[in-house]
Amino acid sequence: MAGCRRCLLIRLSGQEKEFSDDDWMDEMTPTPLTAQQLAVLDDVLRGMSAVQLAWTSGYLAGRLAQNGDLLGVTAGLSQADSSQKAPVILFGSQTGNAKGIANKLQSALAAVSISANVSDMASYKQAALKSEQTVVIITATYGEGEPPEGAELFHKWLMGKRAPDLKGLNFAVLGLGDSSYEFFNKTAQDFDSRLEALGGIRLLDRFELDVDYKSAADAWVVAVVEKLKGLALQTNVAALQTPLKTQTSVSVWTKENPFTAELLVNQKITGRRSHKDVRHVEISLEGSGLAYKPGDALGIWFSNDAALVQEILTITGANAEAVVPTSSGDVTLADALTNHFELTQAYPGFVTKVAELTGEPRYISLSEDKAALRTSIADRQIADILRANPVALTADQLAAALRPLQPRLYSIASSQTELPDEVHTTVAVVRYDVDGAAREGGASGFVGSRSEPGDMVRVYIEPNDHFRLPIDPETPVIMIGPGTGIAPFRAFLQERDAVEAKGKSWLFFGNPHFTEDFLYQVELQDYLARGTLTHLDVAFSRDQAHKIYVQDKLRKHAVELYTWIQDGAHVYICGDGQRMAKDVHAALLDIVSEQAGLDPDGAEVLLDDLRASGRYQRDVY
Amino acid sequence: MSEKKLSANEGIKTRSNFLRGTITDGLQNEITGALAADDTQVTKFHGFYQQDDRDIRAERKEQKLEPLHTFMLRARVPGGVCTAEQWLTINNIADELTMSGSIRLTTRQTFQYHGIVKGDIRPVIQGLHSVLLDSIAACGDVNRNVLATTNPIESSLHKDVYQWAVRISEHLLPKTRAYHEIWIDNEKVASSEPEDEPIFGPTYLPRKFKTAVVVPPHNDVDVYTNDLGFIAIAEKGVLTGFNVAAGGGMGATHGEPDTYPRLASDLGFIHPDDTLKVAEAILTTQRDFGNRESRKHARLKYTIDRMGVDAFRKEVEARSGVIFQPVVPVTFTQQGDRLGWVAGEDGKHHLTLFIENGRILDFAGRSLKTGLLEIAKVHKGDFRMTANQNIIVAGVAPDDRKLIEDIARVHGLYGRELTVLRENSMACVALPTCALAMAEAERYLPDLITHYEALQVKHGIEKDAIVVRMTGCPNGCGRPYVAEIGFIGKAAGRYNMHIGGDGLGTRLNTLYKENITEGTILSETDALFARYSAERTAGERFGDFVHRAGIVGA
Repeated sequence: MAGCRRCLLIRLSGQEKEFSDDDWMDEMTPTPLTAQQLAVLDDVLRGMSAVQLAWTSGYLAGRLAQNGDLLGVTAGLSQADSSQKAPVILFGSQTGNAKGIANKLQSALAAVSISANVSDMASYKQAALKSEQTVVIITATYGEGEPPEGAELFHKWLMGKRAPDLKGLNFAVLGLGDSSYEFFNKTAQDFDSRLEALGGIRLLDRFELDVDYKSAADAWVVAVVEKLKGLALQTNVAALQTPLKTQTSVSVWTKENPFTAELLVNQKITGRRSHKDVRHVEISLEGSGLAYKPGDALGIWFSNDAALVQEILTITGANAEAVVPTSSGDVTLADALTNHFELTQAYPGFVTKVAELTGEPRYISLSEDKAALRTSIADRQIADILRANPVALTADQLAAALRPLQPRLYSIASSQTELPDEVHTTVAVVRYDVDGAAREGGASGFVGSRSEPGDMVRVYIEPNDHFRLPIDPETPVIMIGPGTGIAPFRAFLQERDAVEAKGKSWLFFGNPHFTEDFLYQVELQDYLARGTLTHLDVAFSRDQAHKIYVQDKLRKHAVELYTWIQDGAHVYICGDGQRMAKDVHAALLDIVSEQAGLDPDGAEVLLDDLRASGRYQRDVY
Repeated sequence: MSEKKLSANEGIKTRSNFLRGTITDGLQNEITGALAADDTQVTKFHGFYQQDDRDIRAERKEQKLEPLHTFMLRARVPGGVCTAEQWLTINNIADELTMSGSIRLTTRQTFQYHGIVKGDIRPVIQGLHSVLLDSIAACGDVNRNVLATTNPIESSLHKDVYQWAVRISEHLLPKTRAYHEIWIDNEKVASSEPEDEPIFGPTYLPRKFKTAVVVPPHNDVDVYTNDLGFIAIAEKGVLTGFNVAAGGGMGATHGEPDTYPRLASDLGFIHPDDTLKVAEAILTTQRDFGNRESRKHARLKYTIDRMGVDAFRKEVEARSGVIFQPVVPVTFTQQGDRLGWVAGEDGKHHLTLFIENGRILDFAGRSLKTGLLEIAKVHKGDFRMTANQNIIVAGVAPDDRKLIEDIARVHGLYGRELTVLRENSMACVALPTCALAMAEAERYLPDLITHYEALQVKHGIEKDAIVVRMTGCPNGCGRPYVAEIGFIGKAAGRYNMHIGGDGLGTRLNTLYKENITEGTILSETDALFARYSAERTAGERFGDFVHRAGIVGA
């Protein structure tokens, strides 16, 4: 084991690039791990910093000491009470929140000696579901009521004809959503009613959490623990979480505890005639120990614009100096509006709450028709609602109506193999006009518009295991990333360039205008010249009378694309999920269907299989 | 000639397969707005240059964007004559297919577009083709657009001379099918006949070659600044022949005294029937004797100086079979354009409109482009672009005069109170698009002229026409070396100041001050104007005065 891990580390350090994956697996002494376990372990360890690796090493040693020997541990685990199967916690996470709650629940169960397994829906074996006794589902919903990327196949399978009879399965469902969207928590609702329809027994009613989910999530965890205790699932196996808890004192920057980093570069990368303001952002990770992999996202906390805060204070007449409660404790209202409350994304709850607190007729009538309200506040900010419907609010009322500010996630556009102490991302500064008022996006305005090199910004890494380069550097990759969707592919190319990967690569990029919006043009030309990028196709929609998009370019190259897929290429899509990803998916379906001579259902199955095997991955927003 | 390495362009021409290169492949490359480096030399023969917006080069580098590559395309319009119908298309192409939106009149009686993106080159050329215009040989090492005096007064003579300009242009045009193949047909036309360039050969000329035809006494084309000049000789309004002059050229290189501007040498008089033979013989002599090792020394002027005028004349006579007769004496009286209305002998009227630096665009308060478009919609005659970057609405019937003039006035094309100084000023394009520019020209000269106007008023010489010209580099597109005051760009904000042209285009000026900035330019000019005002004789031009006073020259 130790020898094997060392060999992994050597490989990861990039010193022995000539070893392909097959080479090192064949040449090393046989290990008790399966190839799949090794791959998973490899994957986990690859992104770790030195500190994390050191910690993990100690953790494994502790595990070994605690349990006598490794075989003993394995035997002990597998021999757990066979009549009482461990509950499984399945999460479908978009931004890491569902995963975080899953881990929290697992710890809470461990504390009462219930050993539960946590699994991402993406990696959970569907066939195992019918033999489970208890399943707890934690899922986010995004976009127009869609499951998160990693949960999509599981959701599709469970909702479809092939779902098994689940008679007697205990289940509980927690939903994470955003009430500013119309299909709030739809995925959780789907799971909840489907599990019941398939014969499951609901342990407790579904919880639906909004953006401000923390305290409700804690309450839910307590409720679930109580229910499971009632099922008498406690085992005698030592709680696995114990050593974990005692050793997490090594500081790791998280969403709740972000690293305060220096902004190194904030460079506009669209031309002066562009209608878009896209920024290339470079942030220093020096001294943080933060580690990321291409495909991961960067979480960015932000402060609201002082002018926006002032506008809200002026309209409401609320006292800026009054102390109000926030999730981070009591602060002045001015501070809360700047750093703790969400101002740039309006949501129906604000109107409802103001109506409730003030009894203002306008707010009451606005909140009566939920659908109309949702439509009317789409692409509006809190200040826009207040401006259109001026209302006097006290500091406490304002604080009660607003929800906590959430960080924003941006796909990372760099590789740590190339740049150990930096993280890059690509930020489109959101700017629009609401009845004559110029508005900016929260994080994009903060980073792209109001920050300069030298300023500090709070960041953390949000891993995304559903968007990874192939392990084998020889595997061809097809990357479809119009607009800022190019960001992770810049990271992929940087990584493949740094490790001198031999695999072919094909990038599809699109934007409105060639001369103004060709993001990273010079770098891509350079990668092409050096062979890191072997194919580049671009679609500039507005440079000719008829619009051309990336999906049109895909269709144009249908034959060659299908050949690449047959040759094992991994396909990636990053960018807009509302339209682009759907159009591209439709194009891929057509291509596969035409080239393979499949009917639409067959093509869908083929793409599903690609997805299940990790060869078709998406990072859409 | 010793064994020297041919200039890089010679290899490019040789490999280009009669001006094809890999242009077609380059047009299909969607990753860059540029063409392959070698092809950018070849496309000059097709009438266009690759340029980039130099104002934003550094900015785009930071934006991780390549330079904003666009193309400048120059049309071939012999004698500068185009119809009103053609003008409508010329205008629409500027609107729809160029970033600048402007129509830029050049010093060679044609127009050029700035800011054409790669994908729009073909539509631009096809648009021109639709109204029987082309851009073949508008740039490159070939015979460029042929100039002809836009003499609207002697209209039948002008017509004859203009026809000769067209004939020379057609006769000396490259014969390769490449232009039509790439731009018009968009495919290679299979042909069993091997391609040939009967006059040029596969490597064309060593350098550009400029031809002009002039009708004295009006030297609006600066005939002696051309490689080849035809000076029309008429008796009672009928063309009897041409004095032929060869070896003129403006270009020089800063700090290299073996490069210099030169006026053409008189070779002698010929009859009209011998025009094409002589033109071809001069061109082929340059083709065979011109320097192909150094492009800086490749123009005909250096060939003639190396061979000697007599030897050159003999070679031309041998090749053409035409013996030069003694030169017929001629007199020139003016270098610039005659602005405003003039009436021709056929009863038609002609309106010469001043276009500052040739830039036709809608400016605040002066919608020049719209004005010309409106004129083109109602005009029954034609347009004549002048060698001084102005335009003539030619052939207006007396009844239409008011209609045309009203449109011109409404759009600020006519009726502005302009000083004769400004009317006689001229600048090349220079920054931001010209790759050769070292200093501003078109964007700066109007301001300098404003300062000059104040100095003229100060010294009471505001009624005196002084020819002032500025170019952004020493290559001399704006013919600065025959101006009374010429400015040659050296670096940002710095110019060499030349004085002493004769205002007729028949004498080169002389370097007066080197590498000076605006402050020095104005203080020097102030002093010169003071002396000119105090010491000039009656009717003496500024350029003549500085010679007589010994300020420059021997």
